[in-house]
Amino acid sequence: MSQPTQALRHHHKHCDDLFAEAEALANAGDWTACETANAKFLGEIEAHFATEEQVLFPAFAAATGMSGGPVSVMLMEHAQMRDLMGQMTAALKARDGNGYGGAADTLLILMQQHNMKEENILYPMCDSSLAATAIDIGGALGERLEGACPR
Amino acid sequence: MHPNLSFEQAPPISVPYRFFVTAPWFGAAAGLLLAWLGPDALVSRWAPGALAVTHLLVVGFMLQAMCGALLQFAPVAAGGNVWRPRLLANAVHPLLATAALVLAAAFVSSFGPLFIAAASIFAVAIAAYVVVVGLALRRTPAQGATLMALRLAVVGLAVTATLGITLATGLGNGRSLPLIEITLVHAAWGLGGWALMLVMGVSYFVVPMFQLTPPYPLRLAKALPLALVLVLGLWSWQLTGSAAPWQTAVLLAGMLLAAVYAATTLVLQARRRRKVADPTLYFFRGAMTCLLLIAAFGLWFAVDAEAGADPRAAVWIGVLAIPGVFVSAISGMLYKIIPFLNWLHLQRLGGPGVMPPNIREMIPARTMTGQMWLHFAAVAGLLLAVLQPLLTRPAGLLFAASCAWLGVNLAGGVRTYLRFRDRMLASAATSAS
Repeated sequence: MSQPTQALRHHHKHCDDLFAEAEALANAGDWTACETANAKFLGEIEAHFATEEQVLFPAFAAATGMSGGPVSVMLMEHAQMRDLMGQMTAALKARDGNGYGGAADTLLILMQQHNMKEENILYPMCDSSLAATAIDIGGALGERLEGACPR
Repeated sequence: MHPNLSFEQAPPISVPYRFFVTAPWFGAAAGLLLAWLGPDALVSRWAPGALAVTHLLVVGFMLQAMCGALLQFAPVAAGGNVWRPRLLANAVHPLLATAALVLAAAFVSSFGPLFIAAASIFAVAIAAYVVVVGLALRRTPAQGATLMALRLAVVGLAVTATLGITLATGLGNGRSLPLIEITLVHAAWGLGGWALMLVMGVSYFVVPMFQLTPPYPLRLAKALPLALVLVLGLWSWQLTGSAAPWQTAVLLAGMLLAAVYAATTLVLQARRRRKVADPTLYFFRGAMTCLLLIAAFGLWFAVDAEAGADPRAAVWIGVLAIPGVFVSAISGMLYKIIPFLNWLHLQRLGGPGVMPPNIREMIPARTMTGQMWLHFAAVAGLLLAVLQPLLTRPAGLLFAASCAWLGVNLAGGVRTYLRFRDRMLASAATSAS
């Protein structure tokens, strides 16, 4: 069976790596390198959220008639994570290591729980309801990554 | 029905917290009792004082902390929604705390009615807990290795408690029972079937999440709990009255399973993608190292009959297991859980856009790290005291101090929650008026 969400699953792992890189640089006090790594992480995760919010979730809602429930929980968690990423960026500007590390600690747990819920529950639901369609999530993610992080 | 994706079923914060804030003080009490009993306390696992210290730790510290943690973990990680968690906690928490004290007093005083009282309190508390939490874990639509281990852990708790209640009743009535065999089986189910099983199930979930490690290999993650139950079943054979010659092999098989789990965890942590370390990681590594040491010494004691026959051998394993593995793992988890739960509950209270304080302000990293080193020093001290009984008093005091510091740190985390909660409620009231 085709898995429209495959690209998003892989991209979760990639975002984890970018997170770990930015967090380690902040922890080491290498703020200049952290600025680049943080921007890269935020750009990629924003592209990921946008793909879900603009393409995957609406397609899922159209296919199943479900717009509340799991999708609304995911959207609420996106908002929580955006708040925390905003705190990380503010702490980065202020060169506040504790502030950055604390927001990153929190974001990591939220992000991992969020990814687990998507990968174990929501994505399988999406895959089964969208398998017969011609939806190209990987392509949509690629376009948004190009926009967020021009090479 | 759509699977539940929200945290709404997580219990009120007071449900797990009451267990977390009281547990360390039973560890402190165990350390003080050890110091008071002095050099004779650690010469044999059968000494009444050693049994009192052991049960302050396994019931007062471990069982309390683990029962509280599972009330939080079952709904959030396994979709097991606990029926009336606040009511359950209201009943179980004071009962367990009382049972731990009464049982310790029974061992120290050898006063029969106290054993009967402890057995009765345990029967009520554990029966309520096992039925309610067991049903929650039975009914969840979730699947996976974590859930399987959690379900088996609850079975392990039921078996441990049944045997323990039998023992306490027997000691209280002066009835003739095969005390040694029942105790060996009771201890194995308690440490292996309940405590280790629960740590396994939780670690399958949190080790990859906290440190971005690869996941535990699925087949191994499912095989370990099942194999552990099989080993415990064979170990329980001695209750039939015939100690079979293959019991030593069963014991070694159990230790081998524990070693495989510990080694896997250490390898996964070494391959973590997150580079920043924290006290939770070190506590977990310390716990896994002690688990490996248990297997190594278990093998040695099986091969070298003289060393194995020394009564201190079992005490040595007990120190590695209880303060070494479980107190370490629990401390590390609590240092992670409390700041995050503080944040999560404050965040909900504040609503969208209102950010709770930084997670690092909940329990300062410096005090967690300091307490952690004191804890590891205390474990080393207790091991030395097994070899050199004159060190029992200082080792007991050291352990009491580290548990008290843990208690102060956790209480500080809870106070921070209350302070911010009151501030947020007050500012919400001001802006509403």
